Formats: sequence, structure tokens, C-alpha cells
Amino acid sequence: MDQLFNRKYIVQGLFIVIALILLGKLFYIQIISDAAFVSAESNVLRKIYKYPARGAILDRHMKVIVQNEPVYDLMVTPNEVKPFDTLALAKALDITVDEVRKNLKKARGKSTYQSTPFLKQISVQSYARLQEMLYRFPGFRTQDRTIRHYPDSVGGQLFGYVKEVDSADIAKSEGFYRPGDYKGKSGIERSYEEILRGEKGVINTVYDAHNTPQGSYADGKYDINAVSGERLISGIDMRIQKLGEELMNNKVGAIVAIEPSSGEVLAFVSSPGYDPNLLVGRSQGNNYMSLIGNPYKPSMVRPIQGRYPPGSSFKPIDALLGLQEGVIDVNTTFNCPGYYMAGNHKVKCEHVDGNISMRRGIARSCNTYFCYVFQKLITRNGMKNQRQTYQDWRDKIAKFGFGQTLDIDLPFEKAGYFYNSDHYDKIYNKRWGYTTVISQAIGQGEITATPLQIANAMAVIANRGYYIKPHLIRAMGDKIKKEYVEKNYVGVDAKYFEPVIDGMQDCVNTSWGTAILSRIPDVVLCGKTGTVQNPHGKNHSVFIGFAPRDNPKIAIAVIVENAGYGSTYAAPIASYMIEKYLKGNISGARASQVEWMKNQNLLPVLKDKTKGIKLTKTDSLSIKKIDSAKRAKDSLRIKSATIKQTVAIKPREFKAIIDDKPVSNK
Amino acid sequence: MQQQQGNRFFFNVDWITVLIYIALCAIGFTNIYASIYNPDKAGVFDFTSSYGKQLIYIITGLILGLSILLFDGRLFNVFSPFIYGGTLVLLLAVLVIGNKVAGNQAWISIGSFKLQPAEFAKFGTALLLARYVGTFNPKFRDLKSILIAALIVGAPLVLIMLQPDTGSALVFLSFMFPLYREGLSGYFLLIFLGMIVLFVADFLVPTYILIIIIVSIAALFIYTNRRKQKIIFSTILVTAFAIGYLFLIKVAYEKVLAPHQRSRIELMLGLKTDNRGAGYNVIQSQIAIGSGQATGRGFLEGTQTKYGYVPEQSTDFIFSTIGEEWGFLGCSVVIGLYIFLLLRLINLAERQRSTFSRVYGYCVACILFFHVFINIGMTIGIIPVIGIPLPLISYGGSSLWSFTILLFIFLKLDSNRMGFF
Ligand SMILES: [Zn+2]
Repeated sequence: MDQLFNRKYIVQGLFIVIALILLGKLFYIQIISDAAFVSAESNVLRKIYKYPARGAILDRHMKVIVQNEPVYDLMVTPNEVKPFDTLALAKALDITVDEVRKNLKKARGKSTYQSTPFLKQISVQSYARLQEMLYRFPGFRTQDRTIRHYPDSVGGQLFGYVKEVDSADIAKSEGFYRPGDYKGKSGIERSYEEILRGEKGVINTVYDAHNTPQGSYADGKYDINAVSGERLISGIDMRIQKLGEELMNNKVGAIVAIEPSSGEVLAFVSSPGYDPNLLVGRSQGNNYMSLIGNPYKPSMVRPIQGRYPPGSSFKPIDALLGLQEGVIDVNTTFNCPGYYMAGNHKVKCEHVDGNISMRRGIARSCNTYFCYVFQKLITRNGMKNQRQTYQDWRDKIAKFGFGQTLDIDLPFEKAGYFYNSDHYDKIYNKRWGYTTVISQAIGQGEITATPLQIANAMAVIANRGYYIKPHLIRAMGDKIKKEYVEKNYVGVDAKYFEPVIDGMQDCVNTSWGTAILSRIPDVVLCGKTGTVQNPHGKNHSVFIGFAPRDNPKIAIAVIVENAGYGSTYAAPIASYMIEKYLKGNISGARASQVEWMKNQNLLPVLKDKTKGIKLTKTDSLSIKKIDSAKRAKDSLRIKSATIKQTVAIKPREFKAIIDDKPVSNK
Repeated sequence: MQQQQGNRFFFNVDWITVLIYIALCAIGFTNIYASIYNPDKAGVFDFTSSYGKQLIYIITGLILGLSILLFDGRLFNVFSPFIYGGTLVLLLAVLVIGNKVAGNQAWISIGSFKLQPAEFAKFGTALLLARYVGTFNPKFRDLKSILIAALIVGAPLVLIMLQPDTGSALVFLSFMFPLYREGLSGYFLLIFLGMIVLFVADFLVPTYILIIIIVSIAALFIYTNRRKQKIIFSTILVTAFAIGYLFLIKVAYEKVLAPHQRSRIELMLGLKTDNRGAGYNVIQSQIAIGSGQATGRGFLEGTQTKYGYVPEQSTDFIFSTIGEEWGFLGCSVVIGLYIFLLLRLINLAERQRSTFSRVYGYCVACILFFHVFINIGMTIGIIPVIGIPLPLISYGGSSLWSFTILLFIFLKLDSNRMGFF
């Protein structure tokens, strides 16, 4: 043994060290990290998704109002594509050869080995043509899915729309949505997305390195069948929804009708409306931009986003609070000389009635009467405590649903403004009283409400003291919804409602009422007209009411912007809606009045301030009444011509529609 | 002396090594079978398939190995110059009449049989080196003996580089270890190690920083040994060489290496990612191995293996099959078997009376070691892609037979270890 013998250990030690290095790296990639495992799965597994049909939506009479239509996407897996007859494919799809190349390039940019859309929503004819020749285009396959169809072509803002998810949706869903999935973006489609969308199906197929399918993965153990979305049953009555949209044709405004006993919304009209089918299919993007650009803002959901001074709808509520607080009784009269003096400013009244009773005050919509009621309510604890009594009054009115959202099952509901007394404390340094805020007595001034809130207040009166939160959907699948059963009491005893309702009945059914022309044969309609002052143009025409008086079936609020007196437009529109709902049709001479009303164009004149040119009223928005996507195209052409006229208008400068700023009396 | 006539040929053979040899061959066959397994043709044993051929190679290899045991061990010593000369002739011949496969002129076709001379050059070189050391017993203190050893190793190395077959050429560096064992200064190993470290570092760190580091270390070293002139002198020399080497790397890298070799090195160093090109094999191999996790997916159950995601899986990347189907457990068993074999070979070498046998034993162990380290290191991405087989496991006759010859010659020498020659 020489002394070099020890070098044996150096050599053997090196072997062991290297072996440990190899084992260390193996330990890391095999046991610690699962990156390789994930990559291995994505190597061999291709998931083919089966898209479920979205749930259908039915109206209250179980009529289908939202359904599905089959469409087909042509998908391509770029690295499976072999040279093919581009001309033949282009012909089958009705596109140009250039587009074929362009789309293929685009698909390749997304992924070379995953199936990506080549052409979305191909026509049924193209699909039929393709089925016979698809074998000639290796790498291509069709993916069937469904798109929405709205048979009645109304309720654009109500139903909302469904759109392919964007990267933000995907990120937010934490992996639920994948590119190519669709999602409800607004309206009912959005708020009931999780019920409507159903469950995606997955077929796992194993692919070898040459991208040849090798059959099902693990005998289909991990495959998932697609489950269709559940159907929704809404409270909407499509007959009056449709009628409402027709009546509001060429008008700006909103109609909300509620069944008081259940809180179900019967009609939800936002005008100008649009055909929801416009936001389906390949021209969705263009149509959406047109809607957004339209100066009449059809994209606004006026029933829950339009903020109007509630106006006369406050008067019955004032009366109710007055009675409940004992500051007036049924027989209290006030003198109306045609105005009410609040300190040194004057609140005008439309008439000179002298001594006027509560019942007549409601029927005649007397400003003076309710200013007195308000004065009595606010000063009932002395002049010094007005700030507290104002807050008390505000809180009691808020119980009717004002100044807060009603949590309707639609996204983006607005609350409206209704200030607390500390708001005025700040402005007036605590030196203020009922005269400062007197315009609120008649629902004007610094208070705004949505049409939904106003209709809901009517439901409270119809129910004699409570409301159930208004909602659009009453059942999901076979389950009745439980959320909307609670009665929200407003704190006014039922006995005080009858005298107030007397006044509202008189308003429509007596010669001195303001809405006598809107009387419905054989139906006791109780209501109230309103003329909401609008500093930017003609007054808004408002009508609120419910019918029949006993056991009411419908409460309604109608607002027609810039239409002048409530009795001229809003009241008749409400009466037609109610008659149609209660009787199924509109009788006698009133039927022709309906047609007349539909033809009235009350669109406000748009001013182009930048150019100083006065544009004429656009005759029609031309964005409605389209049954199929094909016809939508034609109509859009008309529409885009219309839009072009008004394209220079900045929407912000068009104040006639909605105004968040409070209106004050002079 | 007390040889029993009956089994005198197999007397004293280290059967444990033979068993490990058979185990590794069996592991190879099993995993080659899995690598090319096709569920549609399961159940039929096909002798024209890779696994069928490998079985024939194993059987013939075993026969070859056992027949080597029948030779007189002394013959290998005596004939080593001729064997070495023969392999050199073959290496020259392959450059002239060889078939070009994937850019490398490495194969000689004899009928349907393909011969890879580089495989056989390894044991030719090992034999001659062992003979040189055994006969002259140089301690490698003088330049002459170092140069002779370098010539013996360098001649086949250069010829193989000309093919070019970098992988096989690299294996010839393993001869440094037997020389080290026989007296070559450890500095050679350190310099060699230092060259590798500097080579890698030169890609990862800017050259001027490396120079600053080298100079500071040298300055510190000179300061601590400021009394010893000789050390100061050699330190300055080494420093100068190291800095010159750094620049040489850059030039050599750009001018000498082929683009595919450059990209392999850059991939390994993580300077470049490429999922489809040169990096594809390594990435797929790592995915397959990693996806095996602790215990593997099971025999014939590896999806990456079954669906052909790892290229060259039955040959150079056979370890990925083991990794995927047998997991960390299987990998550990294979590496364990190799290490056991290597340590045993070194122990066997050390018990030889003759220097020839000892040097040859070291050569065998170190050649195997280089193959195992480079091949497995390559499949798990710690070494650039260098195409050399995993001993006894990878598919291929030339490789299997050359390892068999290499190993069984040593086993024969070992069984004669008491003899003197
Ligand atoms: Zn009056």
C-alpha cells in the first residue's frame, strides 16, 4: 500500500457527492415542486368545453321572454392544420380568402396547440355547408353553443346583455371563467348570472406528442357533463311591458308597475329602449358603441338610475304623516289663495280654491295645503326644534323607500338624494327652519328619487302601510324565492290611508280631479298627477297611482320627461297600462287613444352647444323592433345614419334627461 | 496454486458486480419496453422492435462478457497496444467511410450492423494507459510521463472531436482520475475544476468583475505567503493564465463552438429559454421525470412516455422513463445501483496486486461515472445536452457491448488478481 492509496477516498467521495447532487435535484423536481406534474398534464390533456344553455326567462304568465338559439363557432387548432383549400373554406363561410388567412394568423398568435375560435357564430347555412366538407380542413372543428334570443324585442335595459368575458372578469373569477366563456354584463343577465349560466361540461382527451388524439383521459373519470342554467320566472307581464315600451316610443322617461301584494315588478320600461337582440351576436360590439353614443342615453336604466324630483307623490305621504302625528285630521282645511308664503318666498299653486280640505287638496294637488301640513309637522315641537322634527319627517318618509336603494335584483341601482338635517346644518350654520326646505313638502328641491322608489311608495299606499321589496324574478327553477316576502311597514296606521286614498280616487274619478281624462271604465283608479319642475326645459309629466281601490293589483309610476302636465301624457299612459293589465285589453275609444299616444314624439330638442346649431327632433331612435340578427343589421344602418346627425353632441351637455342637481323653487 | 480445474475460468469472479450488471441491463430492457410501448400492439413480443433488439443485445452481451472470462487475463496486457492501435484505425476509418447521422460522422455500417468506434476507443485507451502505468510505473512528477499519458488519451480524443462527438470526447477526461490515483498532482484536478468554474462564471458574471475577484484572491494569497518566493511566482503565473483563459473562453465560444452547442450551454446556464428548439428535449425530459413524483406513475402508465413527449427517450433520455414511471424511488434505486457499482469497482481496483489491473479498474469506474453523471445530469437539466448513453440502460448494441467488454475485462483481471504480470 503506497501513500497514494488515500486518493481512493477522494475519488469515491467525489462519486458520492455527485450522486447526492443528482438526487437533490431529483428530489426537488419530483417531490418538492409540482410544476413538472402540472406541465405534464397540460402536455397530454386537452379540455374540450361543452357550453351549457343559459337558463330561459319566463314572464308571469309563463310565456318565454328570453330563450336560446343555437350558434356555431368554427374553432381551429393551428398546429393540427395542414395545407387546405383556403378558397373553399372562405366560400363556405362567406368570407374572403384574406380573412381566412388573417383569422388563422390571429388564432396562431393565441395558441398553437389549443383550440381557439377561428370564426364566431357562423350562420346556420355556413354550418350546414361546413359539416359536409369539414374533413377537408384538418385542425378545424365546430363548437356549438347558444346565444340569447329575446322574442319580444323589448326590455333591453331590463334583460341586459351577455358578452364574452374579458381578462378582468377572468382574473376576478379566480379561474371559473376561461377565455371564450360568456357572462351576463348588465340587467337580469348580470344579477342572475350564477343561476342562468349553468355548469360548463368538460371532455378530457389525451393527445400524444404528435397532437393525435389518443382517446378519453382516465376513461372519462374527470369528464363533466354540461348542466343547463336554471330557468327564471319573472313577475313581468310581457303584455304591458311591450305596451309600455310602445307608449313610450319617442319619449324619454320610465314606467314602473308593481304588484303591491307581492312586490313583483310587472313592467319595467326605460325609454328610449332598445331591442336586446342588438346586443347579441357578431355585431354586438358595434351596436353597443352606438347605444353608448346615442345622446338620449338608451343605455341608462331609467327606472333605477333616473333621478327625478318625486314631486306630487310626496303629497299623499305628507297627508299620511300629518294624520299619524295628529297635526291635522281628516277635516282640517287650509286657505289656498293660489300660493303659499314661506317666509318671504312664494310657493305657487295651480289654482285658487280658498278653503280646501285634505281630500280635495290631494285630488287637486294643492301645493298650499301640503306646505301647511309640512309647516305643522316641522313646527309641532316649537320653532326651536325644527331641525330635529325635520330629521324625524325625513326618516319617516325614508321608510317609504326614499333616499336608499330598494335592493332590486338588478345591478347599478341608484339611491337618489334625500338629505339629513346635518346637511342643512352645515349649509345654514344651524340657522334654518321649515321655510328653508319648504319645497321638499311638495317633493321638489334637493330631493330626487328613482321611478322605482316612486312606484314603491304607491305600493305602500295600495297596501295601506307596507311594501315588499320590489323584485323582477319571483322563482328560480322550481324554487320560489324567499328573499322577497318580508313586509316593510312604514309606521302609519292603516286607518289613515282611507281618507288619503279618497283624495287619490277623486283625482281620477271626479270632475274636479286633475286626471279625470284618464278614468278607466269599471275600474277605480286612485292616483295623483304631478308636474315636476325642470329648470333645463319643459316640465316632466308624472303620474302615480294604483288600481283597483280595493284589493289593489297594480301600483304604477310613469314619468315622461319634458312632456308638461302630468294629466296630459303620464296619466293616460298609466291608465292604459293598468287597463291592459287588469282587463287584458283596452276598450272602446280608448284603444285609438293608445295608438295616438304611441305616435306622440316628445323627444327633447338637442342643442349642440359647440356649434350653436339647433338640431331637429330625431324622428325615431330606430333602434327597436328587430326580430332577428339579420334584420338588426339593416335597421342599424338606418340608425347609424340617425346617430351621425347628432354625433357632435356631447352627452354631458344634454341635461334634459336626468339631473342629479336639485331643483329649487324661486 | 489451488485452482480447481472444473470452473477455473470463473474462479474468483466478483459475482456481485455481475449481478449489478444484470440488474442494470434488466432495468434498461424494462424501460426501453415502456418507452416504445404501444397499447395497440401489447402482448406480442416483437424482435424487430427496440426492446426486442435490446434483449438480443443483452443476451449476446452476456455471452460476450462470459467469453471474456475464458481468456487469459494476461492477453489484455500483452495485446493492449494492438487493441489501442485498432481502435485508432477505426476512428480514422469512421472519418473517411463513416455515415453521417445528425451532423456527426460516428458510425460505420457493416451490413445492417452499425458500429460506433468511439465506444470501443474507451477500453482501448484504458488498456494502453494501464499498460503504460503498469510497465513504467511513472509517478507523473515529470513532464515526460505526463505528456505520454496525455498523448495516449489525447489521440483518440482528438479523432473523436473531429467527428465531431463532443459527448464521447468529454468522457476521455475521466482518465484524469486514474492518473491522479497513480500520482498525478491534485492541482491538475483543481485546475480542471477551476477551468469549469471560470467557464460557467464567465457567462453569468461580467468579465471585469471576475478579473477583480481573481486578482484580489491572488493578492491576498501572495500577502499571506510573502516570504515564499516560489509561491508568489506561481500564484502570479496562475493568475495570468486564469485571466488569459477568461478572454480565450469568449473568443473560443464565439469562434469554435457550433451555434447549437452554444445554445445548449446558454440553456443550461439559464441565460436563454426555448421551449420548442434546443431546449425542448431537456424541458420535456424534466417534465416527465418531475411528473413521476415520489413513487412514479407505474410501469407503462407514464403519459409523457406513452405519448412520446420526450424525444430520443429509449436512448439518451431513457432516464426520463425511469423518472416518470418509477418516481424518485426508482431514480434513487438506479443511482444507488450505479454508486454501489462504482464504489465496488474502486475497491476491487485497490485490491489488485498489479498496477495494470488497478489502473484499468479505475479507468472502468471513472468512464462509467462520467457517463452516469453527464447523462442523468443532462436529463434533469444540470448539464448541457451532451448525447452520451446511460451505461447498460440506454438502448443500443455498441454502447451495451462496449460497457460489457470494459467491465468484464476488469472482472477477468480481478479474478486473476493474485497473479503477477
Ligand atoms: Zn292650491
